[in-house]
Amino acid sequence: MRSFAFWSLVVALLTYMTLPTIVVLMTSVNPTEILAFPPQGVSFDWYAKAVTYPDFQVAFRNGLIVTACASTLALIVGSAFAWLIHHYEFRGRGLLEGVLWSPLIIPHFTLGFGFLLLGGAFRLQQGYVMIVLAHMVLVMPFVTRAVHVSLGNIDPALARAAANLGASPFQVLTRITLPLVVPGMAGGWLIAAVLSLTEFTASLYVTGSRTQTLPVAMYNYIREYADPTVSAVSALLIIATTLIMLVADRTIGLRRVLAIDTH
Amino acid sequence: MLARRPFFITFLAPAVLTAVILAAAIFEVLQYSVREFIPGSLNVGGFTLANFAALNKPIYWWVLADTFFISLLTAIFSLLASYPVAYALVRAKKDWVRSALVSLSITPLFTGEIVRTFSWMLTLGTDGFINSMLRKLGVIDMPIQLMYTRFGVVVALVQFSMPVMIILLATAIAHVDRDCEKAAANLGASPSAVFWRITLPLTVPGILSGIVVVFAWTMSAFSTPQLIGGGKILMISNLAYLQGFSVLNLPFAATLSLVALVCALGSLALMKGVTSRIERRLAVN
Repeated sequence: MRSFAFWSLVVALLTYMTLPTIVVLMTSVNPTEILAFPPQGVSFDWYAKAVTYPDFQVAFRNGLIVTACASTLALIVGSAFAWLIHHYEFRGRGLLEGVLWSPLIIPHFTLGFGFLLLGGAFRLQQGYVMIVLAHMVLVMPFVTRAVHVSLGNIDPALARAAANLGASPFQVLTRITLPLVVPGMAGGWLIAAVLSLTEFTASLYVTGSRTQTLPVAMYNYIREYADPTVSAVSALLIIATTLIMLVADRTIGLRRVLAIDTH
Repeated sequence: MLARRPFFITFLAPAVLTAVILAAAIFEVLQYSVREFIPGSLNVGGFTLANFAALNKPIYWWVLADTFFISLLTAIFSLLASYPVAYALVRAKKDWVRSALVSLSITPLFTGEIVRTFSWMLTLGTDGFINSMLRKLGVIDMPIQLMYTRFGVVVALVQFSMPVMIILLATAIAHVDRDCEKAAANLGASPSAVFWRITLPLTVPGILSGIVVVFAWTMSAFSTPQLIGGGKILMISNLAYLQGFSVLNLPFAATLSLVALVCALGSLALMKGVTSRIERRLAVN
């Protein structure tokens, strides 16, 4: 009885967590412009409108460019930095770590505003350079963390053995360490890409009308119109991110990358 | 030196460059916050502390207090709603239940704030899901106002913060030594006594870090109060955006952004102090 009450509570809470997603999926297939629950049929008209709407097309392309550049840069710099703090102690390391972890704490609108002002100072406002830099800084902690966790799981004897057998530091790095951290790097990169693709607040500050990313275009649409086109875009984003995360979980173990241990 | 520390400079340089760019962006906010506002111009004047003095008005104190209040409510309700889910996630006997719970509770984290906020708008709106359902069930005749209310904003913010809260709580619950619980049960404690007197106290560090992380997170929430609050509920982020993009008072927007940053850093510093003190006390007992 007690356990029945407990599980009912858990199910109720999970319903609360997933209700908005279900609602958005329902409205995206509803044929009418006015919201109706339950949907009065199934139609993919809003999807057709969403994928042919020029603003969303351009914004999606912009977002892909920004995400590809930002998450890849974050992967390179973040992995190198994770390797560095795993191996070396040096002066100023605490300060450097503090600055590079800080985007986890700094409000995105403060950071976005900072990059907007910085862009203004260099006449780069609303340009891709600043958008990519802002996104890169925001997602890098996730890559660094994923790679750092992977490095910690490597048996240090492997690198020592290779070095004793005559491998140069470069060979140890590329033939021993790198293959072993590839899963961590891939996981970190995927999380970084998803976070960058869906980032909104900082993007609202650093993008312009020509360079806006998909979430910003959605925000602008919501403020002007009230039809379910954005439901269709949301549904597509929900499906895409869920699939990416499922793939990430299957291939590299998302729980390990996020460092959630349940045992 | 170089031989003993291979790749040191090569790997350090890009990290330092990134840190410098990030620091420069934050420095720009700091710099603008002490500049004079020239009405009608995006250029700024000389150095002044007037922006900080301007903060001392009832309306800004009110927004700051509201931001604190909403963040605190969110943190508390997020804790209450997340604990049962985290407990089930760690203690479920079947493997597939655990995996399903992890997926269900973590995936909302990755859909992005605009999708989640928009979904809540459809759920809470006058013609939204909740009102339609209640009307169909005959509970209400007139739609109830959920959008543009503090209640609606908190309902959405709690849902946003639950994945993070669940991760932190699940980690804490997973680290509880089951032997302590078994010992208490063997000594005659009822299951609820075991939970309230053993399990819950042992997860206090996780609870505290969860509360503070969610509190700090919510303090910097933007899109939820912006769209669900719709101008009726203003948090500090919305005020900063309004000053920057509608009033075009960049210096004051910078000042408000800086205040938000200080609040976020302050609450985390507070957490470090409180959790380390509690952990010490737990270690002593």
